This record gives sequence, structure tokens and C-alpha cells, in this order.
Amino acid sequence: MSSATKDELPGYKEKSQKLLREHDIVVGDTVSVKTDEKEFNGLLMPRYESSDNNHIVIKLENGYNVGIRTSKIRAIKRAEKHASHNEGYEQSDDRININSLKQYNNTRNSDFKIALLGTGGTIASKIDYRTGGVSAALSASDIYNSVPELKNYALIEPEAFLNEASENLKPSDWTAIAHRINDKVSSKQYKGIIVSHGTDTMHYTSAALSFALQNLPIPVILVGAQRSSDRPSSDAALNLLGAVVFALKASISGVFVCMHADPSDDAIACHLGTRVRKNHTSRRDAFESIDFPPIMIVRGEILEMNIQASRLSLKKRDENENIVFKPDFDKRVLLLKYYPAFDPALIDYAVAMGYRAIVLEGTGLGHVGRESLPAIRRAVESGILVFMTSQCIWGRTRMTVYETGRDLLDIGVIPLSDMLPETATVKAMWALANSDNTKTAVKLMKQNLANEVSMSIPLQR
Amino acid sequence: MKSLSVDLTDIKLTVGIEIHQQLASKSKLFCDCKPKDSGKNSISFFRKMRPTQSEMGTYDPAVVFEFGKMRTIKYYSSDTSSCLVEADEEPPHEVDEFSLETALIISLALNSIICDELHTMRKIVIDGSNTSGFQRTILIATDGYLDVNERRVGVQSICLEEDAAKLISDNGMVREYGLDRLGVALIEIALKPVTCTPEEIVTIALSLGRLLRASKRVARGLGSIRQDVNVSIEGGSVVEVKGIQRLEDLVKVIRYEMIRQHGLLRIAQMIKSRKTDPYYFGESIEDITGIMAKSTSNVVSKVLEGMNAIFKAIKVEGFKGMIGYEPYPGIRLGKQISEMVRFYGLSGVFHSDELPGYGINDEEVQAIIKKLRMNSEEDAFVVVGGPKDKVDFAVDSIIHRFKMAMAGVPPETRAATLDGKTVYSRPKPGASRMYPETDIPSIPVNRIQLAKLTGQVPKPMDQIISSLVDRYGLNRKLAEQIFDSEYFNLFEEIVTSMKKIRPTFIASKLTEDLLNLERRGLDRSTISDNIIVDIFCRIDQGVLAKESVTLIFEKLMKREAKSVEEAISVLGITTASDLELDNAIDFILKENLPTIYEKGFGSIGTLMGKCMAKLRGKADGKKINSILKAKLELLLESHIAKTDSDI
Ligand SMILES: [Zn+2]
Repeated sequence: MSSATKDELPGYKEKSQKLLREHDIVVGDTVSVKTDEKEFNGLLMPRYESSDNNHIVIKLENGYNVGIRTSKIRAIKRAEKHASHNEGYEQSDDRININSLKQYNNTRNSDFKIALLGTGGTIASKIDYRTGGVSAALSASDIYNSVPELKNYALIEPEAFLNEASENLKPSDWTAIAHRINDKVSSKQYKGIIVSHGTDTMHYTSAALSFALQNLPIPVILVGAQRSSDRPSSDAALNLLGAVVFALKASISGVFVCMHADPSDDAIACHLGTRVRKNHTSRRDAFESIDFPPIMIVRGEILEMNIQASRLSLKKRDENENIVFKPDFDKRVLLLKYYPAFDPALIDYAVAMGYRAIVLEGTGLGHVGRESLPAIRRAVESGILVFMTSQCIWGRTRMTVYETGRDLLDIGVIPLSDMLPETATVKAMWALANSDNTKTAVKLMKQNLANEVSMSIPLQR
Repeated sequence: MKSLSVDLTDIKLTVGIEIHQQLASKSKLFCDCKPKDSGKNSISFFRKMRPTQSEMGTYDPAVVFEFGKMRTIKYYSSDTSSCLVEADEEPPHEVDEFSLETALIISLALNSIICDELHTMRKIVIDGSNTSGFQRTILIATDGYLDVNERRVGVQSICLEEDAAKLISDNGMVREYGLDRLGVALIEIALKPVTCTPEEIVTIALSLGRLLRASKRVARGLGSIRQDVNVSIEGGSVVEVKGIQRLEDLVKVIRYEMIRQHGLLRIAQMIKSRKTDPYYFGESIEDITGIMAKSTSNVVSKVLEGMNAIFKAIKVEGFKGMIGYEPYPGIRLGKQISEMVRFYGLSGVFHSDELPGYGINDEEVQAIIKKLRMNSEEDAFVVVGGPKDKVDFAVDSIIHRFKMAMAGVPPETRAATLDGKTVYSRPKPGASRMYPETDIPSIPVNRIQLAKLTGQVPKPMDQIISSLVDRYGLNRKLAEQIFDSEYFNLFEEIVTSMKKIRPTFIASKLTEDLLNLERRGLDRSTISDNIIVDIFCRIDQGVLAKESVTLIFEKLMKREAKSVEEAISVLGITTASDLELDNAIDFILKENLPTIYEKGFGSIGTLMGKCMAKLRGKADGKKINSILKAKLELLLESHIAKTDSDI
């Protein structure tokens, strides 16, 4: 084998790739590199896609990676082909096997089964310290190894369904996920379904599933990690544990998101799938319930239902009931945020593009500037549904208070109370796909199907 | 009692030293927080660490144990010196430029080969001292050297890394850390092991420390530099001793390790002369909770009060007499084992060489011997008690420790104690578990950038001291003292801004005088940089006498005053005006006329003494002296004139 394929030299381009190919070296090979100054021995590492093409990266015997400038290399040779055994990380008898963790080796609790559907976003990672490579841990044994306490609770059946960063997910993926969940729920084998998901768009998916999977007999819980699962401090394990405890013990059903309630590894907040939003780029407690406290807090094995939950109509868990399955979405819905320099021509453009509905993220109680009114009128007249939500995120729209609001109502803009802009967009896609005409779609939009509207907003946040 | 001093001259010692020096950067290595100790903690949160799964299915034993404990870690965050990054709630920012430059400058100064492209790594640390569960570290350079006197010492590697959080407390259940120190830039320099005496190692460490300080880019003061040493003697293995903060302790620690390791080798020799097969160690382990429950020993009953408490006994083939044997005072296997067991949070450990004792009677000892089916003429046993899960861990490691005793010195990590000894701290970690920090892009090192930094490479120590001697008129010893002191930067500041005070005076006050006061047991931490500047400012303006400096230091260090102003008023050393000075000296002259007339100008010594007693701190001694001299001359002249006329 003389020419390495592209995949064997990930990240290497042009000069550096040419050099390595000439010497028949691929990533993972043990190499010896001589420069004017010294000789390096170690493993050839992959390069990040964005890195330059002037260096090769070697993992030295002391564990460090270093980049060597190709122009300085006088000689390079491969010591041996990449072998999959664990050289460089010797297993001597002064190492204690992981089985010493005797307290976790109690028999697996197999009375309860939980399905774990992987869609991307890793709950557990494996690190190969020889190469420094990180990969997702997807098998059941991988997950038990990462979170040994799971054995005490339930039999977890993982399935790697999708492997996509959540920003790449589309409405068609929501449909596919909904179908898979429907299969699992219908099999009546499980106490609950857990969906591991990248966090960026987790709240869109949770809203989508809330409408697609109605009358759920068992809870469906989305779970993710804000801090990557390849770090010992990751929030992934506790989020998963919280989701498992919730799936087993909660008396309610529906679609939920389970994530850290605060920066501590202590309380897991369970949010309603339609009321949750990612409100921080990186914190563990980025996910917050809007206009309503998290419905439940899981602390260890204890579930604390929030007192405010009595204001809601929540579905009881009933394993004999049947799901109402409506998995389709029409993606022709535009989410549009109003701002002071907003150009009303965008609305005309959306009409021309063939959008069927526009969800406006208006200011305050649900307003847009006067100049936009004619364009909105044209849109409504052409048969497009125009909905109003608020960019304040917290609080309800109330369009009868000020003149602009009243004008918008007159034009035919439909206020969506305190529905989150993201939830409203997802719901509009679902409503359009599940109704024969716009009238029915509007009716669906005005119905409170999955607590997407808080009828009364408690003072407590 | 044997004497503690052991002849070490015949023991061949090899020491590798690794220093961790905090940099004087304005922000932390991977965020924009200031690296200062704010002291006030307003927010706290809890975490639990889990080791990430490795492909191998085995972990470092220490990691396994830490994980087994699943200890809760509580972090305290202050209002001003930590942010989301330290709380592991935000990805790291870019590497601090000053810190990176400093690492490159020091690499140049140590003649090292600088890496072409720098990669930030994550080194797994699971004890909670890093909120992320790893320490970020960058290999900057390798293969350098440092010339110390006639010896060329190799520099293995130079790394730039983040400091760990500061341990506040550990009660076995919850470990508490403060986040102020987490993320402060450190440079780690590992020297190649050298065969030498403990004193030579100190010289090497001192030279390296001076080179770092000469860059003027490193933090000074206690806690800003930390030494780890790898100590081995011929026939033994490498023992890592961590956390030596003061150079004075380095010699003590190395000497202690030499004696300890030599002692362990002697024990191994004795055991080898017996027919002992380590294969059988751990063959007989029995639960003896029943036997111990009958004991009247306080230690035992205290252990048994705990949750799930058990006692286990381990037979150690052919070790009778060897666990308690002391080749040197205080060095015995029994002590090594009880130190090790403490790592697992256990204190109830006994061995047959010390029993009956500790309230455990002969009847119980015989019952244990019987249960272990051991030959009480040849074999020994160890008993360990505590919660079951911990005891199981401890039993495994005790057996392992006895196997190691056959070889002599087990490789392990030890911690330096305040009295210059070492105690077991954890099993020696395996190869560092490192993987790339994917949040930070690699950093190419540009040759132009390096060329620019060459001008900032610190000069050799000799040149620096000579230039201090020339520039400030200091003697060599004082120049070295002030350079080594934590006040060096402050000294230069004061000298350049306060021209009326002689540099020698400032340097000696900041070194010898403060040191003397400290030796008297006074607390120097009360003397802040601001206080020092305040004092010298007053002298420079002529409102404070030079003689008052030490008196003020003393008052502040005794905590009898909180500010310079207060110290001055407590001491009653307001500056005397010229008129007051005149009057006071006139008064003294008048009182001592007989002596003056008798001794003539020879009386000046006595008079000066009396003046100083009255005016110390209120006026400059030199000024007093010159006024006194002038007045005395005048007085004597007129007296002679008078006597002449009388004749
Ligand atoms: Zn910070």
C-alpha cells in the first residue's frame, strides 16, 4: 500500500499531506522525525480541519502533542504500522482493574426497561489515551461503564438512531425521531423513552415531539450535555440519571427536557417540552422554563413536583393508553424578529418565497413599527397566517393595550399569548401539516395542546 | 535511642527537580480574571467528578479510588477573581499573551528547543482541584540546559499550564476548594535528573529561581513557587515528593528521603535472607470483625461504631519482626503502611509486631493467628478496620505494598511536611492521561516573534548582580539579597522615585532589618507594599527620620499599630523642628558642662549618645551629629578663650 487515502490523513493538506504520503505514513503510525535540532518519536495525530498545512502533529511519549514544521524535517520514517493493542499504556499488575469498584457490581436491575435513543450529542465518551482520540460511547456496556449507578435503576436499551449535531437537524428529522419513538412506545415494553440530543436545538425538538406525540402513555425525555461528555466534570451523567429516575417514577406523561437546575451536580430540572428554552451558550443550567417554573426537580431518587403544577392540565401516566400520533411538519414557516431598522420588504419577500405562515417576534406586548403595517396587511390578504409572539421571551402578548397592537389585530395578525417564539414556529409547522385549510390551522394554533400557553403565569419564576 | 543523624556520604543520590513558578501575568491563562487572592467567597456550588471511560478498561489506581469515593466537591467562587471559565461553565478563552511570551523567553534563556506549533492538552486530574477534571498544559520547549557553577544541568521540558484550585478543607466526605488560584499561569520546568548531594540540588534550584526572577515576569512571595523532586538512591526506585515551598526545606526533605529509602532497602535485604515467597501474600485474608468486637480497645470500638464497619486480617508470610523493625529511627514498614492506609480514609490499622497493645490483648491476638492459620514463629499479620468498601480497597493495596517491600522502595507520590519530612500521598500515577484540549486552536510559533523576544532574555545572574552594584552602589552581598527578596521590584520603584534616600539604606531595610524582625517571630505579612512606600516617602520628604523605619516596622509587625500614621503617633516620633533640635541639644550641653570641660572634644561620643536617646526617630542622626559638633566646637572655643583670659 503506497498511497494513503484521504481518510487516513484527516486534516492534512497539500505540503504536509504530500510529505506523509511520500513516506507511506498514516495517522496512528509510530514515527520518527528528524529535524535540524532534534529527533521526535511518537504517534502521528490528526489535524484540525482549520489548521494550516505547514505542520505535522506528533504525540510524544510523555503524552504531549507538538506540531513540527514540515520545512524543518530532514528525515521521517515509520517505525511500525498502527496497531490496535494498547502499547504505550502498559497494563501492569500494580494497576487495579475497574472491577475493584465493587459497590457498583450489584446485579443489574432488569425489572424496568428504558429505551435510550441517540440522535447526536454524546451522553458518554470514550477516550483513547494512546492517541488522545475521543469517540462517542454508544453501546449499553459503554453507557453502564460511564454511569455505573444506572445498573441500580433499570435496564437501558440504547440505540444510535441519528448522529447529527443538533444545529443540523431539520423538521424531517423530527418526523423520523417521532416515528421511532412511536414504535418503541407502541411496543409497550418500556417505562419511558429517553432521547439524547445536542443542546443547541433541543427545545425545538422537544416542542415538535410535544405536538407529534400526543396522549403519550409513558414519558419521553430529552437529555443533553452542556459541558462535553469527554471531561470528568461533564453534566451528561447526572442529566441522564435524572432523566432515568424521572422516566421510572414520574406519575405524569408527556414530552420533557431534563437538564441541570443550577451549576451544582445536585438538582435536575424537568421542563415541559413546550415551555423550555436554551438561555445560555455554555452554562449547565442553560435550559429554563419560561413563564413557569420547571415542572419537577429530581434530586437523587427524589422527585419534587412544583406546587405551581396544579395550575396546569397534565397528562397522567397510563401505560394502557394509546398514543395520538401526528408526526408531520410543513417547514414553510418563517420566524421573523422585528428590530428598529426592520425592512418591511422582507415580509413581501417571504410572501413571494411561498411561506405559508410568519411568526413575528414583536417588541414588548406584541408590536412592530407603523411602517411595517402595509406589508403585513398585504401578507394577510394573500392568505398567509401572521402570528405575533414577543421578543421579551418572558410574558404574554397583549395587543389591545396600545394603538399599534389594535391596528395589527385589525389587519388580522393572530396573537399567541405567551407561547415562546420557537415553540410557536414549530407549532405552526405542525398545524399547517395537520390541517386541510388555514382555518383549521388557526384553530389548532389557538388551542392549548401541550401547555404551550400558560393560562396563568405565577409570580414565582 | 539511635542518633537521628545517619552518614549519607556513601549513598548515591539522584534527584530530578521540577519547579512550578507562577507568572506575574495580569490575567489568568485561559480567562480574563485577575490572578489575585480576593479572600472573599460569595458563591459556592457542588460537583462530582467521573473519570472518562478509556479504551483500556483500566484506570490509574488513584483515579479508581477517587471515583470509588465519589466524593462531593464544593467550590467557592469570589466576586472578583473567578468567572464562568473557572467554574467550568464556559469554554476557555485564548491563551494569555503575556504568559505565552514569558514561557518563550524563559525557554530561550534555558537554551531549549522551542516547539514549532503549540498544542494545549488536557491532563486528567480527578481529585477536584480542577473544576473541569483536567489541567490544561502546553509543552513549550525541550532539551535545554542551565549552567550552574561548573556543572551543566539538562532541562528536560518547559510547559505552560494552569494552576489548580486551592484546597480549603477535606473532611473525607466533602472536599472544599477556592477558585481564586485556579487558572493562574504557571511555568513548569523539569530538569534532567542529576547525581549529586542535597546541597548541590539547592544551588541548582536557587540558580533556576534567580533566572526566573531576572525575567521580571514571575510572581514573588511565598506560594508563588513550588518544587517537586524525584528522589532515588542506588538500588531503589523513583519517589516523587510534591509541594516543597521553601528552598530551606529542600535539603531536609531530600535527606529524609535518602534515610527512608536506605532504611527500606535494608529491610528488603533482611527479608531476602529469609525464605519468603511473595506469591503467597494475600493467600489468607479473614474477616475478624467477630474477634475484634470482643476487644476492649478504644480504637477498635470507635471504628466499629461506624457504618458497615468490618475488620480484616491479612497474613504476611515470613515477615515476623520485620513490620516493626527500625533500621533508622522512625523508619519502619508499619509506619509506611499506616500512612498508606490513611489515603483510603482509614485509621484503624495494627500489625502483629506491635500486638498485644492498643487495648488488644493476647487472647485476641491468638484468635487472629488461629483464624489466619499462620505460623506465629515466622509469619506476621496486619489488621485493618473501617467501612467495608474502604477496607477492601486498603487490603488490596496492603498486599501490594508487602510485595513491594521485597524490592525495597516502592515508586509512589509523597507530600513534603512542614517539618521537612515526607508522607505517603498516593500511588504513583501511571503515564499521564492526556488528550487534546479541542476548545483551543493550536498556536504556531513564529520565528520573527522569537527573534523579537530574544532582547528580553534575562542576563546571567553574575551580570545582573554586577549591574546592581554599579547602578545603586550596593555591596555584592546586599545586591544578591535584595535581588532574591520578594521586594526587588518594589526596591527599584522606590529607588527611582525617591532620589534623596541612598539605595543601600533602602535595600538593607527591606532585607536584613525585616529578616531580623521576622527571626524574632514577628509577622511580616502585615507589611504591605503600600506601607513600605508610605514610610520611604515620608523619609524622602524629610518628615520622618531614617532611624524610625525599623521602629515602625516593629510596631506594625507586633500589630500594635495598623498604619504608618498610627505607628508614628504610638511611638511619639513627630519630627523635631530645627528650633526644637537646637533647644534640645543646648539643654544637653548645658547639663554636661563639667564632662565637656574635662574631656574636651573627646566628650562627643557621650553627648551623641544622650542626644540620640532623647531625639531618636525625631530627627536624622547625621543632622543631630553635625549640629552637636558645631555647637560643641563653639562652646569649647569660647571656653578656651575664657580660660586664657583668666590667666
Ligand atoms: Zn475567569
